[in-house]
Amino acid sequence: MEHKEKFYLQIADNALILSHRLSEYCSNAPFLEEDLANTNVALDLIGLAESVYTELASQKGTGTADDYAYRRTEEQFFNCTMTELDYPDFAHLMVRQFFMDNFHFHFFSELVHSKDEFLSALALKSIKEVTYHLRRSSEWIIRMGDGTEEAHQRMIAAIERMWSHHEELFTPSEADLEMLNNNVAPNLSRIKELCMQKVQEIFYFAKLAVPETIPNAYQGKKGIHTEQMGHILSEMQFLPGKYPEAVW
Amino acid sequence: MTVQAVIEQEKLAQFEAKIENEIKIEPNDWMPEDYRKHLIRQISQHAHSEVIGMQPEGNWITRAPSLRSKKILLAKIQDEGGHGLYLYAAAETLGVSREQFISWLHEGKAKYASVFNYPTLNWADIGAIGWLVDGAAITNQVSLQRTSYGPYSRAMVRICKEESFHQRQGYEIMWRMMEGTKDQQRMAQDALNRWWWPSLMMFGPHDTDSPRSEKAIQWKIKRESNDRLREKFINKTIPQAELIGLKVPDPELRLNEDGTYQHGDINWDEFYAVINGNGPCNKQRLQHHIKAHQDGAWVRETAAIHQQKMNNHGKH
Ligand SMILES: [Fe+2]
Ligand SMILES: [Fe+2]
Repeated sequence: MEHKEKFYLQIADNALILSHRLSEYCSNAPFLEEDLANTNVALDLIGLAESVYTELASQKGTGTADDYAYRRTEEQFFNCTMTELDYPDFAHLMVRQFFMDNFHFHFFSELVHSKDEFLSALALKSIKEVTYHLRRSSEWIIRMGDGTEEAHQRMIAAIERMWSHHEELFTPSEADLEMLNNNVAPNLSRIKELCMQKVQEIFYFAKLAVPETIPNAYQGKKGIHTEQMGHILSEMQFLPGKYPEAVW
Repeated sequence: MTVQAVIEQEKLAQFEAKIENEIKIEPNDWMPEDYRKHLIRQISQHAHSEVIGMQPEGNWITRAPSLRSKKILLAKIQDEGGHGLYLYAAAETLGVSREQFISWLHEGKAKYASVFNYPTLNWADIGAIGWLVDGAAITNQVSLQRTSYGPYSRAMVRICKEESFHQRQGYEIMWRMMEGTKDQQRMAQDALNRWWWPSLMMFGPHDTDSPRSEKAIQWKIKRESNDRLREKFINKTIPQAELIGLKVPDPELRLNEDGTYQHGDINWDEFYAVINGNGPCNKQRLQHHIKAHQDGAWVRETAAIHQQKMNNHGKH
């Protein structure tokens, strides 16, 4: 696979799989306003994934956005593994969301300068949405970190779980490096610096400790996923997989 | 007659004159206690229905068969939650809090639309719900735009705008499936078979068996009778079914000379069984709502405590 296509897919797959996890939370939120806000974020992310898939299909002159979402196998998805993880509570859901929103915010802020016209336009459009997402998840981190003792403890557990997947976001794939050389992709070590500043700022207000960096052990960008990914895809792709001839 | 009684009578006369002249009753206006009670029951039930209805549809979000259909479904469910918010707000103007409404729901003292106690078993159920359940809801809600209580009426106007989209989107799922493979057609017909009668039941018992309706119509809370609304829905929906090759599961269905339809008997035993808690999903739906609410208790608490800390901080 071409590096450029792979780079596009890393972006889109992060959004699609994260939106899947958010969308399954629908009707489970602590209160109705939060349920709707959550769905909003899921919708933005599906829109983001869809526009990248559509662009890829048109650049290649074959297939559709749905083919990318519904007709690829696990090892053909290049999302980071953090997006796949399940979540025992709202703290886990929101800590993951904060890390991903933070990553998206800084990633897209830099991607605006990409030489690739589609990506720079996509980044410009996404920043508006992602800014809102990041503000919302940051506020929740603070409310949970600096609220009740129970919430604080739940935050510590959630951070511990998600933190071991944090470094993967900034670990470049071959596609990342190649696209960086072509002035298409941002420099992930720069993105990491910006992300860590934000984590430190928000955790300070939330009265939470920033853990030591945990070396990356995951390879979602190479198509090697956690055990949860197969379950996500078998659910998401169930109908097109079972009725391949059908148009919906 | 005491002075108090004279004043009360005066107020009642003013209230009735407003109703007579189609002037909306507003939250701070005097209203008969029974009128208030009726509204509290009806609007909160309506709000709960919007919210509980998110569950059967939510059952298919992660399995929606295309990105487009997934987005439409998610946005639809989000709309329904939004309707719940407007309606809770309208109901709160009557002096009861949302927290209280939710407690009554959990204690089994408040109901929601029985139709959501049926399961969504295949993808066409999402089409059938939009087309039939939202279709039935619109028929009712269009007439409620003229309801006599101001906040309820205004909520209905906002809601109706969105509901007609839902109905069209649901119908679109059905016709796409009827134009598709044999399997898709089978699913679509199966969904219609299961949702047709529950949709007709949404309008409630026949007028002759509907004790509360008379008063509600007199007060113009309700603007049209159950049977009249059901008839409207049937007349609108049957041609839509026939157009795409679906067969309405009613062997006694007849076309009248004036172009309207005569339907077969509704199974009222089933209707009352589901209302009284013995439908296929009653326990599941309520349990789901209770669990989400309980699981979220610590989140609501930490948000409140944090807000308090911030307020105290501001005072220094
Ligand atoms: Fe609704
Ligand atoms: Fe609706």
